[in-house]
Amino acid sequence: MNVAWPIIGLGGIAFFFAAFSIIAGALTGPKIYNRAKLSAYECGIEPTPQPVGGGRFPIKYYLTAMLFIVFDIEIVFLYPWAVSFDQLGFFGVIEMIFFIATVFIAYSYVWRRGGLEWE
Amino acid sequence: MKLFPNVSLGAFGIDPWWVTLIKVLAVFVILVLMTLLAIWAERRIVARMQMRIGPNRVGPFGILQGLMDGVKLALKEDVIPFTVDRAVYILAPIISATTAFMTFAVIPFGPEVSFFGVITPLQLTDFPVSVLYVLAIASVGIYGIVLAGWSSGSTYALLGGLRSSAQMVSYEIAMGLSFVAVFLYAGSMSTSQIVAAQERTWYILLLLPSFLIYVISMVGETNRAPFDLPEAEGELVGGFHTEYSSLKFALFFLAEYINMVTVSALATTLFLGGWRAPFPISLIPGVNEGWVPLIWFFSKIAVFLFVFIWIRGTLPRFRYDQFMNLGWKILIPTSLAWITIVAITRGLRNSLDLPTGQTVALLGVPLIAVALTLFIRDWRKANAEEALEENQILVTEIDPFAGGHPIPPLPGQVLVEQTSSRQGITNG
Repeated sequence: MNVAWPIIGLGGIAFFFAAFSIIAGALTGPKIYNRAKLSAYECGIEPTPQPVGGGRFPIKYYLTAMLFIVFDIEIVFLYPWAVSFDQLGFFGVIEMIFFIATVFIAYSYVWRRGGLEWE
Repeated sequence: MKLFPNVSLGAFGIDPWWVTLIKVLAVFVILVLMTLLAIWAERRIVARMQMRIGPNRVGPFGILQGLMDGVKLALKEDVIPFTVDRAVYILAPIISATTAFMTFAVIPFGPEVSFFGVITPLQLTDFPVSVLYVLAIASVGIYGIVLAGWSSGSTYALLGGLRSSAQMVSYEIAMGLSFVAVFLYAGSMSTSQIVAAQERTWYILLLLPSFLIYVISMVGETNRAPFDLPEAEGELVGGFHTEYSSLKFALFFLAEYINMVTVSALATTLFLGGWRAPFPISLIPGVNEGWVPLIWFFSKIAVFLFVFIWIRGTLPRFRYDQFMNLGWKILIPTSLAWITIVAITRGLRNSLDLPTGQTVALLGVPLIAVALTLFIRDWRKANAEEALEENQILVTEIDPFAGGHPIPPLPGQVLVEQTSSRQGITNG
């Protein structure tokens, strides 16, 4: 049997459990209509109208996501290197120091340009 | 060369189907039970820390409180606001809960045992890159949160979801970097092999900085206090789950607690020797065999869960910019520097055949000196700045009506004499 089957099994059980909970939650609770209750919560005032497809949000979050991708890919390069470290010998150490230094330059640049500041 | 006497990767994926089924169901039930117990424990422990008693009515010591909370939520109205994007809104809690359960599939509970005549490891499955799998599924879990915030069509939910995802991706980098040193020592990314590699020494002793970075980032990753900014009540009401009610809300709650258990289990596996007995007990023969290691494994998880609750009871919430600074400007450069140090130390040891003690001394002494110098410089600078600020406060005069609202003076501040406070408001 494949090593992936237990994962699929666990995911399947969890999915059915979650789906069942949602259906059960819709059936077991009371249903009392109230227009104010069905509007988005905003501390009791009329909710701010939201455009279709989500409202505007600070560009900072987008930047964080981009930086995450850059650094996450760096980590992905570090993993195989770490696993085969003992076979690579000292050559691997020197190569990876160059790599980390390069990434560090990019990192300092981002820091210097204020990419990590959060007002 | 490393010897793995315990469980080899070949032991996975060969169970008969009924053993796999029982194991899958067992993991599912254990996670649900852990969640119910963790909710109860958290409420009781935080109550004790705040000089209260906490829930003690339902069952002995109130232990059924978590279950009762669930039943109560099931009997509440399932409100779906008309602003939501219905399909995504319903899908989001399912994604959160499913991924939370799925991460646990590669956590080793114990060594191989005989189960109704079948020799099987106490672990659902394992493969050469199982820690990478945990990170991947954890990343998918972020979708649950960001989609919940986006599909709610509410300002608070959107901001909470964005904050939460930005926070989780930021801390995932620090978390991922803290694993590198572990892989380097273990020579494998598979959880069972990492546990096997810790037979002599736990990695918490060899790689303490990695462990500390992991512990900080695991609290950030699970959105727990003091990093629970997505649900900062004062600013964002409930964060991404503001618009969720009834069992949909319960699913997010479940996912949060399962994630707590998972990151604790991962910390145990990677740094605390997994299911191995702690040092003095490990000398007794037989404590690392059969079903006994389940005790050590769950005790270690319980310690981590207690620390989670303890931190929550002790620390106030971070401010968002401070929190992001900690992640991006402290944890990431520290991890990178630490990985370099570990790599150089181990590389020197491997190629020059130096004993570990000498290598550590050769590299450690100058490094500690540099770190201390930097620390003292920073500390002096901070002190000087503080003194400057204090001096500035001492000479300040404030106009209590400058902004239109009356402000009381801070210690050391002097009020400006005014002829008429009324005039101060109209003119100022």
